[in-house]
Amino acid sequence: MYTASDLRKGLRIKIDNEPYIITEFNFVKPGKGQALYRSKLKNMITGSQFERTFRSVDTFEPADLREKRMQYLYKEGEKYCFMDNENYEQVFLTEGQVGDAKNFLIDNIEAEVLFFEDRPLGISLPNFVDLIVTKADPWAKGDSVSGNTKPVTVQTGYQLQVPPFVEEGEKIRIDTRSGEYLTRVKG
Amino acid sequence: MTQALRGFFLERDYLEVETPNRIPAPAPEAHIDAIPSGRWFLHTSPELCMKRLLASGYPRIFQICKCYRDGERGSLHLPEFTLLEWYRRDMDYGAMMQECEEMILYVARNLGCGEAIMYNGKEISLKLPWKRISVEEAFRRYAPLSAAEAMAGDCFEEMLVSHIEPRLEDEGPAFLYDYPIAQGALARAKKDNPRVAERFEMYLGGLELANGFSELADETEQRKRFAEAIRIRSAAGKAVYPMPENFLQVLGSMPPAAGVALGVDRLVMIFTDSPTIDTVVTFTPEKL
Repeated sequence: MYTASDLRKGLRIKIDNEPYIITEFNFVKPGKGQALYRSKLKNMITGSQFERTFRSVDTFEPADLREKRMQYLYKEGEKYCFMDNENYEQVFLTEGQVGDAKNFLIDNIEAEVLFFEDRPLGISLPNFVDLIVTKADPWAKGDSVSGNTKPVTVQTGYQLQVPPFVEEGEKIRIDTRSGEYLTRVKG
Repeated sequence: MTQALRGFFLERDYLEVETPNRIPAPAPEAHIDAIPSGRWFLHTSPELCMKRLLASGYPRIFQICKCYRDGERGSLHLPEFTLLEWYRRDMDYGAMMQECEEMILYVARNLGCGEAIMYNGKEISLKLPWKRISVEEAFRRYAPLSAAEAMAGDCFEEMLVSHIEPRLEDEGPAFLYDYPIAQGALARAKKDNPRVAERFEMYLGGLELANGFSELADETEQRKRFAEAIRIRSAAGKAVYPMPENFLQVLGSMPPAAGVALGVDRLVMIFTDSPTIDTVVTFTPEKL
């Protein structure tokens, strides 16, 4: 159980059976009055944000959030299927829950799936993934001015800008946080 | 800054005093928590000791000291902060508001800022006199309900913080005065309206800088208010402080007077255009 004085940015609490993360927080205390805890909260399921002011007597339950390492199996319609390799339990996440990570999901990749109680909320991928370039225009010699880039498509269908020397069939490393090209990978 | 403040008070024949920081009985107030020090406490303000000096005959006194309040930490709060507190015999809160604005203007001129300062992207003119708005009027103008309704509905602080203080920012320097009596534990009730205390808060750039009032000098009434504060504290499961008997005993011999407490760190914030209190101290508690 938390009290208002435990509140801080980043803390995750449960209100009306839904998980919220505190995105902004300030302690205020007008004159001789009582302390107030002004907070901005974000619903971790719907993403909706609101402001709320708490008093020091208010108490909160921590949100039961856990991350579980799971393997991505396949996509079926709009659902993405992940499996727990320890007990072979499978869960489905919506496209919205997977978010930008869908650009880097290849079969059997391992991801951290965030659960609130038993509900999956979202995933986080390793910071770097290696993907194969499936479509690229050939490198026109002489077009080697530094700073130049060209668009390519990788095996997940994701398109990004890469240096002109990257060829079809090569493997490239991508930063999943920014979605940007990092380097070519051998093998 | 402290040199300028000292200069102002010394020019006006105030005596600088020092009172102990570690005391056996802080003033029982519902929402101010003292930090224990052994079996005693660190003072939350030098108010009780300074009023005893007033009672023993010192007519004009000021003090710049560290004060300590448990659990107060935010962008405008530190659990250890610097307070300027002063008392003057035969004055009331109206005269003290005037002394406050004269003091800020004196400091500004002394620091070479002239009559205007920049804070938070806005120019604040310090020209006298500053605006004076009663709490009742401020609620009427800016809040969806009256001050009395807010007190009855137990949301006075919420209204102040969310509806009134943001608007005061646009008003320039201003005094909010005549607070509900329950919000002025050591202040004298107004003669023609006993439901409000002769208390004011000074606002500069939306920041609450100083709190002042006509001092309550009635032992029986003060004892009653302390007992009520102790009851509220104990009902809320908070630490209960001993009744400050030595203070209460001399209260009857205290002459009519008014006093003000001003947060020096916040004044420095304003004059250095700093967004948080963290930037005006050498070390915050988190960095120690």
